[in-house]
Amino acid sequence: MLKDITLGQYFPMNSVVHRMDARYKIVITLIYLVMLFWGQQIWSLAAGLIFTATAVFCSKIPPKMIIKSIKPIVPILIFTGLINLLMLDGGDVYWKWWVIRITEEGVQTSVFMIVRICLLIAGTSLLTYTTSPIVLTDAIESLLSPMKKLKMPVHELAMMMTIALRFIPTLIEETSKIMAAQKARGADLESGSIVQRAQALVPILIPLFVSAFRRAEELALAMECRCYHGGEGRTRLRKLQSGLRDYIALAITLLMFAGVIVLNAVLH
Amino acid sequence: MPILEAKNLTYTYSIGSPFEKTAVDHIDLSIAEGEFVGVIGHTGSGKSTLMQMMNGLLQPTSGQILLDGCDIWDKKTDRRNIRFQVGLVFQYPEYQLFEETVYQDIAFGPKNMKLSEAEIDRRVRETAEAVGLTEEQLKKAPYALSGGQKRRAAIAGVMAMEPRVLILDEPTAGLDPKGRTKILTQLQAFHKRTGCTILLVSHSMEDVARYASKLLVLSQAKVVCYDTPTGVFAQSQSLESMGLALPQITRIFKQLAEKGISFEDEVYTVKYGAELLKTRLEGRNPEC
Ligand SMILES: Nc1ncnc2c1ncn2[C@@H]1O[C@H](COP(=O)(O)OP(=O)(O)OP(=O)(O)O)[C@@H](O)[C@H]1O
Ligand SMILES: [Mg+2]
Repeated sequence: MLKDITLGQYFPMNSVVHRMDARYKIVITLIYLVMLFWGQQIWSLAAGLIFTATAVFCSKIPPKMIIKSIKPIVPILIFTGLINLLMLDGGDVYWKWWVIRITEEGVQTSVFMIVRICLLIAGTSLLTYTTSPIVLTDAIESLLSPMKKLKMPVHELAMMMTIALRFIPTLIEETSKIMAAQKARGADLESGSIVQRAQALVPILIPLFVSAFRRAEELALAMECRCYHGGEGRTRLRKLQSGLRDYIALAITLLMFAGVIVLNAVLH
Repeated sequence: MPILEAKNLTYTYSIGSPFEKTAVDHIDLSIAEGEFVGVIGHTGSGKSTLMQMMNGLLQPTSGQILLDGCDIWDKKTDRRNIRFQVGLVFQYPEYQLFEETVYQDIAFGPKNMKLSEAEIDRRVRETAEAVGLTEEQLKKAPYALSGGQKRRAAIAGVMAMEPRVLILDEPTAGLDPKGRTKILTQLQAFHKRTGCTILLVSHSMEDVARYASKLLVLSQAKVVCYDTPTGVFAQSQSLESMGLALPQITRIFKQLAEKGISFEDEVYTVKYGAELLKTRLEGRNPEC
């Protein structure tokens, strides 16, 4: 159950996409997201689809993993689809019953929304699949560094993010360990009323919190012992480096974005 | 009939990802009732994984676990009931303590078994005594105990369910030598008193040699041998090739034998070694 959480999980491989500069990957993903919501025609969605498929292919990530990342949001997809289907009115009426009218515009918009959200999740999970969390936060720090002039604690924020990301797998592992230990003592997590189930969580949450606080304290101590004092004058072991492939990827993305904007303007 | 059996048992972690790892590889095993089994093996040899399958916490990738001849993953079996019969104390169990007092924490398992108040009280007090926790400590909060005391409380929490098979995954890891001996002697007494089957995972050859009646040696996800300590230690060469050393005392007696002072029996406990040496020396005394 807990193992199935894939968003934000790094999937190490040796591919062009993995080797790209993380800063470019983030910028490209952002442009891609804007593009998805800018485009109003079937063509722009098709462009997004082809772009995603190509990126997945280049990254050597098994398509199965991408589908797995979409699975958890299926309820949201269904909800969004239904809302759009029922609420929007316009164009031909396909089906009518009492106050419910299924119209051309409703069908179109709900299909658009579903495809868009799927592409959105696929694109962002591709980013996290191909970039290790540490590199990702390095890149975010680097992209946000101009904000330092505005007295924004960029390094501290990035550090907090790194630590949080670093501890997600640890906490998941810890949770499943504690769950197993309590199950071994006969804890019943699967049956009973809502109140009983909430009570059954107590033996898991308390040890989890205790261990999280203990870990936080240990980490703080360990950092202090190594004289950590923030970002000032700190050099990096891994320098982010951009190269030809990053420029090409960005150029392709920008071209596509421009294409979508032009299409939008022309067809409207 | 054996109480626990493994048939062609396999467990693979993270199937289909780059981290795929077979931790238990086609194991066949049968453990007789009342046995005290020492489980040894190098780090990562699959001991913990095998132990977690024994009480139905992990579902085997393939193969079967039989308790009293019944498959524990059969649709009809109640897995919770299996866990009351096969108690498992995890590696570093002290992190599972959560109740306000040690007493309540030990009572968690028996309470889940829906026993009567009086029975729960009897079990908590009995097991607390068995692991050496005082009346005073039972009233404390678990977090106010020392590391070793927490460990005892956690072990008592599983013992209090009075399982027929008690599995302990490195119960003495990280404890001082005295605390180690104490926990293990108390465990031995518990074994004698209740006649339950015990599986003790340990990295210490000395410990398993001293307490176990059978040894299960795992290496690279496979069972290398399951035999009496004498039988296992006789194969010192293959043990060493797996990165497992014989007990110190056995090595000393091997070196004595090389120097010409040999004994008929294999020695693997200090007590027995001392006895042998004493009789030999006493036998010699009149001659000098
Ligand atoms: N949750 C997990 N996910 C993936 N692989 C795992 C997991 N737990 C264990 N493994 C792998 O399975 C193998 C066996 O692990 P296991 O914990 O059973 O070893 P062990 O014999 O108990 O070792 P130790 O003596 O260190 O406790 C190891 O190689 C480990 O890397
Ligand atoms: Mg282990």
